[in-house]
Amino acid sequence: MTLQTNYIGKPTSRVDGPAKVTGTAKYAAEYNVPNLLYGYVVSSTITKGKIIKIDTAPVLALPGVHQVFSHENVPSLALFDRSYKDMLAPGGSPFRPLHSAEIKYSQQPVALVVADTFELARYAASILRIEYEEVAFETELRKHLDDAYEPGRGKIGFQPPKSRGNFGKGWKEGVAHVEAQFSHHAQHHNPMENFATTVEWLGDKNLNIYDKTQGAFNSQQVVTGIFGLSKEQARVISKYTGGGFGSGLRPQYQLFLAVLASLELERSVRVSLTREQMFSFGHRPETLQHVALATAADGSLTSINHVAVAETSQFEDFTENVVGWSGMLYDCKNVQLGYRLAKLDVYTPLDMRAPGAALGSVALEIAMDEMAYAAGLDPLELRLRNYSDRDQAQDLPFSSKALRKCYHEGAAKFGWEQRTAEPGSMRDGNLLVGWGMAGGVWDATKLPATVKASLDADGHLTVSSGTNEIGTGTYTIMTQIAAESMGLPLEAVTFVLGDTTLPVSPLQGGSWTAASVGNSVVEACTKLGEALLKQAQKMDNPAFSGVKIEEVEFANGQMRLRADATQAIVLRDVVQASGEPSIEAENSTIMAKLEMLKPPKYSMHAHNAVFVEVKVDPDLMTVHVTRVVNAVAAGRILNPKTARSQVLGSVVWGLGMALMEESVMDHRFGRYMNKSLAEYHVPVNADIHDIDVIFVSEEDDKVNPLGIKGLGEVGMLGVAAAVANAIYHATGKRVRDMPITIDKLL
Amino acid sequence: MNSFTFTQATAVAGAVQDNTAHPDAAYIGGGTNLIDLMKENVARPTHLIGLKNLGLDTIETLPDGGLRLGALATNAATAWHPEVESRYPLLNQAILAGASPQLRNMATDGGNLMQRTRCYYFYDLTTPCNKREPGSGCSAIGGYNRVCGILGTSDSCIATHPSDMCVALAALDTTVRVSGPNGERTIKFEDFHRLPGDHPERDNTLEPGELITGLDLPKKGFSQNFSYLKLRDRSSYAFALVSVAAALELDGNTIIDARLALGGVAHKPWRDQEAEALLIGQPATAETFGRAAAKVLAGAKGHGANTFKIELARRAIVRALKQATEMKEVVDTNAFQNSNP
Repeated sequence: MTLQTNYIGKPTSRVDGPAKVTGTAKYAAEYNVPNLLYGYVVSSTITKGKIIKIDTAPVLALPGVHQVFSHENVPSLALFDRSYKDMLAPGGSPFRPLHSAEIKYSQQPVALVVADTFELARYAASILRIEYEEVAFETELRKHLDDAYEPGRGKIGFQPPKSRGNFGKGWKEGVAHVEAQFSHHAQHHNPMENFATTVEWLGDKNLNIYDKTQGAFNSQQVVTGIFGLSKEQARVISKYTGGGFGSGLRPQYQLFLAVLASLELERSVRVSLTREQMFSFGHRPETLQHVALATAADGSLTSINHVAVAETSQFEDFTENVVGWSGMLYDCKNVQLGYRLAKLDVYTPLDMRAPGAALGSVALEIAMDEMAYAAGLDPLELRLRNYSDRDQAQDLPFSSKALRKCYHEGAAKFGWEQRTAEPGSMRDGNLLVGWGMAGGVWDATKLPATVKASLDADGHLTVSSGTNEIGTGTYTIMTQIAAESMGLPLEAVTFVLGDTTLPVSPLQGGSWTAASVGNSVVEACTKLGEALLKQAQKMDNPAFSGVKIEEVEFANGQMRLRADATQAIVLRDVVQASGEPSIEAENSTIMAKLEMLKPPKYSMHAHNAVFVEVKVDPDLMTVHVTRVVNAVAAGRILNPKTARSQVLGSVVWGLGMALMEESVMDHRFGRYMNKSLAEYHVPVNADIHDIDVIFVSEEDDKVNPLGIKGLGEVGMLGVAAAVANAIYHATGKRVRDMPITIDKLL
Repeated sequence: MNSFTFTQATAVAGAVQDNTAHPDAAYIGGGTNLIDLMKENVARPTHLIGLKNLGLDTIETLPDGGLRLGALATNAATAWHPEVESRYPLLNQAILAGASPQLRNMATDGGNLMQRTRCYYFYDLTTPCNKREPGSGCSAIGGYNRVCGILGTSDSCIATHPSDMCVALAALDTTVRVSGPNGERTIKFEDFHRLPGDHPERDNTLEPGELITGLDLPKKGFSQNFSYLKLRDRSSYAFALVSVAAALELDGNTIIDARLALGGVAHKPWRDQEAEALLIGQPATAETFGRAAAKVLAGAKGHGANTFKIELARRAIVRALKQATEMKEVVDTNAFQNSNP
């Protein structure tokens, strides 16, 4: 089907915008089903050890308290780990809530108090006395570097990094050298919406499960696995997700607890976590990195060494691609990469926006800035001299790579040529001005997704798939693609998602939803077009007799002949003539699944280049990021308006990572101490000034039919490094320990 | 949060009586801090006494030319009151440097004095904290004490008072008016908040049952030369790492009168009258400011994660005094802050 461009590529306001701003968009904790009970989670106050005694009697004596669930009274559940594994579970043994008396990490859920009201459950939880036996624990990564080990394949998609060439030889060949250590503390996703699950008990173990998640099918998988329910019994619904950033890629424990309580009490139950409890599960892992670079006299890289050590839990190997990007972003023969994990008494880390790359790119791109100074080259020039036209890590050509355009268009917009290299050489009145740049790369992935397209007798098109909307604009772009495909106005199209009764769709993450579901929308619409033509050919219209699908087009609510647009049938009439309420079609994922088994022919990636201006008070060392230009090459941009919003958000994330985000752990207690939005700092409006987003043109007919690369993460790359580099340019201070807070600059 | 009863008081005497009659009673103004503390189980009052119907929300000029802020006037109404804006701009700036517009619309002036520390360990019931649980120990000492104090700390507690408004009130020589079981009395602002000593559980010198009814600002508001400089980890909705309220009266370049108070560094708003004395009669120069800063910080002690505050405070004092002298541009740092309505 040829795509016209009535909607695709046009700035389109969110179709779910009115529902969101008027409050009719419902989130997991907002489904007020009748006779609802409320569960409140009791979190462990110790970090490691076991529960000796739980004194439930005073709590159960409170009128209105229904039950206190703990390891002491949880019924027999699935025995084997595989039943507890979700789609993104890494290697190891998944954590099982309320499974035993053993405490594995601080804030582990140890009990659920269920009561008539949330307030009562909360109060009851506060008086539940639990005796623990505490044992020594280890939460400090720096003390366990020697125990670190190389993980295997770990979770889906992770490949151990591959070295190439001879690093030592390249290092000796180089004339300029840089070697530096970088550290990142843990970060928590902190989406605005706290995790919550409302389970509606429909009788006979039939449940409607309203869950906060980035994958309704993933939630369903663990619920059916653990509780032995059928998919029909465990319907998971997730129409809106108030921010994900990766936190919802794995089902969280409130889902388990809410389903458990509902099944045991045969009642509808809601469990929602507090903000403090939002620090009790996955996080971006604390990671230490070492980067060494060498360049020849012309600035070309002769060797790259990038090693990372990250924390994981005692029970799972959380892996992410931290260092692999360093073997891909620049042209270099000798690359030595390493990635190790150290087991600590913490919860398993979790993918967080641009997992791995967000950390790795900071180290690599600060090191590249250091190299620019060591080699006496402009930082942009250094990158251009090391531009890679082929993915050397996979030894594949790129399906497309417009990073050079990102560099040039970003630099031009920013005015980079006005930069003077020497640190502290640029001023605005009394303030030090610093200009820094960096870039990044992220996977363009497409996964099999099923979509159903259904045209009703009123001519309204409903397109559905069990994907999720995490605020990225999924409802909107899928509506655009479907409207485009069927030649209908946006108002005549509804996209439905977030329900396990819909066609199967992958997790919403990895920047793959637009490509995976979007291309499937086209496929489903193509099949619907075929079904409509078939039906039309049953009607008394000789013009369409014997016509093939390639010979018709869809426009203005009609199907018409390409050769003669006056020969047209109104789509509504076709459905009405069928005698059915609607005509439906679903795409097949067989080809997409087969495609995934074949070795790739191309390296498919999105890229960006970021230019940052900071102004620093020379006495107080306060930093303000006054200007950011983020140039992104991500294939076809479906909706420049929602796409720009995603990249704006990415920049804000990058600024937070560079300047303030940090989950502070007190290792004496093994606990995060700043467990609130008042003390876990993310940028506020007043921190944000000019942000300019450029989408450079990048046509790619190889990555997928629509030429989409995805935008969820790429915009964040380079931002934190560019801020750090700009601060160095302003002050001459090179900070390699993120975040760069005022104390590190004094 | 535990169960509690609630009474909406209609008269100060009745409120005090109600408080005295209940052993674990608490007054509630805007509730912006107390409700949080109750939700975290840090505060567990069994009886709350609402104050909003006491008629204490007015701001009025006093016969001696001063200004009386009713204890129940909101922070927002106070900051934007024409008399405050024109005669006490230091107070206006300090209030607007704190919290967020939503919080300032709820928070009351009396409640601002009564807010409790933001020390992380005070909020986490699983860790020892002498302020929350006397005798249990201080986790901030030897722990993550970035937000903690460098002046007037004790071996029991290094917590800070988190207010911005109170730093300006201390600098402006405010008097606190209170009513209690034994009638009315006034407390000098610098005597209102305590240093932790051996009793960090006591934040202030109020007697049981006493209620703040108002704050009296003296006539002199230093409206010509002032600065409130707040340094923090982000541009809004973050507590001060260090803040400085500086107010000067100048004759040419000579300092006739001076006020200097710091926030974010001690268990109370830290006014230093000896440092002020070093300023008075001196030329308004960097050297003079540096001497005052050195005096303020002579006894400062860092605790690891917060040791940087000593140097940061020194620089902030010098800068705030410079800004107060020059009154050109309101702080380079603050210039980036999005202006409030």
